[in-house]
Order: sequence, then structure tokens, then C-alpha cells
Amino acid sequence: MTIVYDDTSEDTGSVPIRRIKFTINGKKKIAEVEPRLLLSHLIRRGLELTGTHMGCDTTNCGACTVLVDGKPVKSCTMLAVQVDGHEISTVEGLAGQSELHPLQEGFKQEHGLQCGFCTPGMMMAAKALLDENPSPTEDEVRWALSGNLCRCTGYQNIVKSVLWAAEKLRGSAE
Amino acid sequence: MYPSRFRYEAPRSLDEAVSLLREGGDDAKVLAGGQSLVPLMKLRFASPELIVDINNLPGLDYEKQDADGTIRIGALRRHASLERSELLKSRQPVMAAAAPLIADPIVRNRGTLVGSLCHADPQGDWASVVTALGGQVVAFGPGGRRTIPITGFVSGPFQNALAPDEIAIEAVIPAPKGTPAGGYLKLERRVGDFATVGVAVALEMSGGTVIRAGIALTGVGGSTISAGEAAQALTGGPLSAQSIAQAADLAAGAANPRTDHRGSAEYKRHMVKTFVARILSRADGGATVAERAA
Repeated sequence: MTIVYDDTSEDTGSVPIRRIKFTINGKKKIAEVEPRLLLSHLIRRGLELTGTHMGCDTTNCGACTVLVDGKPVKSCTMLAVQVDGHEISTVEGLAGQSELHPLQEGFKQEHGLQCGFCTPGMMMAAKALLDENPSPTEDEVRWALSGNLCRCTGYQNIVKSVLWAAEKLRGSAE
Repeated sequence: MYPSRFRYEAPRSLDEAVSLLREGGDDAKVLAGGQSLVPLMKLRFASPELIVDINNLPGLDYEKQDADGTIRIGALRRHASLERSELLKSRQPVMAAAAPLIADPIVRNRGTLVGSLCHADPQGDWASVVTALGGQVVAFGPGGRRTIPITGFVSGPFQNALAPDEIAIEAVIPAPKGTPAGGYLKLERRVGDFATVGVAVALEMSGGTVIRAGIALTGVGGSTISAGEAAQALTGGPLSAQSIAQAADLAAGAANPRTDHRGSAEYKRHMVKTFVARILSRADGGATVAERAA
């Protein structure tokens, strides 16, 4: 995988490049990256997985949330080199071959999105919550999503969507 | 936004990390959770030439208790682990109470307590909590380990007492001699914002008497403020309406807030007084208070 950068450096020294190996949505990858490349850029530009959105680029909004080793992180605030040897999940990894993930279905059923920009981050944060706590209360859902901003919905339907997905997941586990 | 170009090293041992830092001198930075450093680098407020990523160092992700009750928290222990820590819940409830108030849940998966102390942001929550508890930081450098009291470790806004070739490897919280009580109250505009005002109170109670008190303030001065006189006013007596009011006044007097987009200086000072009184009025009997207010 190659990412082409603008050459803005004034010095003529060599560009430090590191080779990293990682897994994304179950697929093993090798990349050569400059250490200053952010994880969000590796995902969007390097892997062309543009489901991960960049909203604020300042660690506030959570639109770029992905899972690293199962835990949600803001991918704009982690260096790509740091995922060497680790496992990443993005929104593209949620759905199966022919069916939506219950979270995706829940957002559809409960109208959990309007513009949809924050939705991938919301879903990944919610996925981590439901992996850890399959029966969250409404309050627990709200706290788990408190690092993700939505400017359209007022959150009400997002919370409903996650609770819908939790119920569906519990049903299918029985 | 991209950080400016830097060399990246991810050492596998502390000795290797220290020798890299020695090589990098003032242009080297340690990367732990990165939840403050990476944003600063993206905004180009920080442009280190060498990043020493300590995330691969073994044996720094822990919280543990010594035989005498001292609590030690390793440099790679994330806020999210502290939030779920049974040890802190039972032994240092003020810390357990403060942990869920740090940043937001996603940031808490990466950020570390020791990193927060090193960053020494006047609006950082942990520095106040650790100051109120009378904690210390253990630094590791070419000469071995040294222990630095938190009040000396945070040496100014965004400044700490580490030498360029030292790494903070552990936070140390002394064992309480009485029943711990107190809490952390944080006024914020929304979850994840910096504290408009934060107040940490750590008491140790014995038979209704305060045998030790620490009070520290977040976001109301150029650095973390230790309200020593307010704590002194509580020590040696029971919590009474009078001692609570006196401590709250003294703490408000120790604050040195500035008017900004989060509120006026008068408002912030008033909130310090309110928060100190609120924590103390609920602390009798060993209760711990933690709340976000908005």
C-alpha cells in the first residue's frame, strides 16, 4: 500500500518510513507509513475504507471512532505506526455477507441518523459497549456514547437504536 | 491536520527508552496515551523531532497495593482501567470517583493517569486529585529511580520536574491512615470538555475527626492549585458547618481564576466555594462524592 505525500519539508534528509503489520476487519495487511500518518488517514486514504469519518480532527467529536483490539479509540488521535501488531475494526466490518449488523438495522428501524456523518463512530462506540455489556440501561448507553457528538438527532433516536440492537442481539444469542 | 515530521522509536525496555531520550534531549517527547500530545502535535503547538513511544514497554500497565496500603499506578494504566478498578473503589474511593469524570469514555481507553500528570495542564483533573491525596511520581532515568512529590512534580503550566532523559513510570498514592472520604466535582460545558472548575477533596477521618485533609483546584489558575490553608482549617477537628464554611472561603481565596469563554473569574471562584462546601457537607461518615455539573 502506498500513500503519496506532498513534499513540504525544507530539509533534504530522508523521510522516515516504517513497515507495519496489522489486521483490519479480519484481513491481514502490511503498510509502509511515515510515523506522522494518523490512523484515520491510514484507514481512509491508505485502505480506502471511507466509512470512518473525520469530523473535528481535534479529539472532540468521535466520528472517527474505530476499535483497536476491541476498544473504541478516536483514530484521528493515534498514530498509524502504533497499530503495528494490533487488530482494527471499522464500520465496514460490521455487516455480514448478506445481512446488516443488528446495530445497523437498529439505526435504520429507529431513525438513528439524519445526515449520517457521526453514525459510523456512534456504531463502533455502541459495538464496544454491547460487546462488554449486552443489556445496557438507557443511561449506560448515553454515557457510553458521550464521547460522540451528533448535531442532527438530539441523540434520542441514537439511544433507541442501540437499545433496539441490544435486544435483537440478546434474542439471537438465546 | 498532520504533525510535523518526526523520528519514531518504540523501545522494548526502559533502559533503551532512556538512552533514546538522552540522544533526543529537549527535542524528544515520550508518547503514552497520546490524548493530549497527539492533538498538540497536530496543531503544531508541539513539534518534537523524536517520539519515544513507551506503549511497548513491559510491566507498566498496573495498579497495585503494597503491604502497607500504598497504591502504585503504572505509566501505561489507562483511565478506563482505573474507572473499573476494584482496588481503587475499596482503597482510594476519591480516585475511583474521579476516573469516570476524565475526558470522555473513548479518550479514557487510551489516556493514562501518569501521562496526565506529566502533561501538567492547569485544567487536568488527575493532577488535582493526586495533589489532594498527597501523591508522588516515580521518575526513571540514567541514575535510576527517584520519587518526586506531586507538588514539586507539576512545576508550572504544562511543565514538570522531569529531566529530558527521565520517564515518569509510576504514580504513588500514600496509604490512608483513617477512613478516606471526599470527592471530585467538575463543572464542564459538556462531556469531554476541559474543566471550567474542578475541586478535589481528600479527607482521612477517624472517629469523626479529620486527621488529614487535602484540597486541590483545577482550571482556576496558571497551574494546579493546592489549597493548603483550606485543608489546614479542617485538620484536627470534626466537620462542622463552621469549619466547612471556613475551608470553602479559604479555597475560594486560593483560586486565581481568569475570565474566559467558560465563565467569569467571579463565577469560577464562587463555584470553588460551592464545590468545596458540597463535597465536605456530604463527606461526614466517609462518603465519596463525584459529579459532573454543567
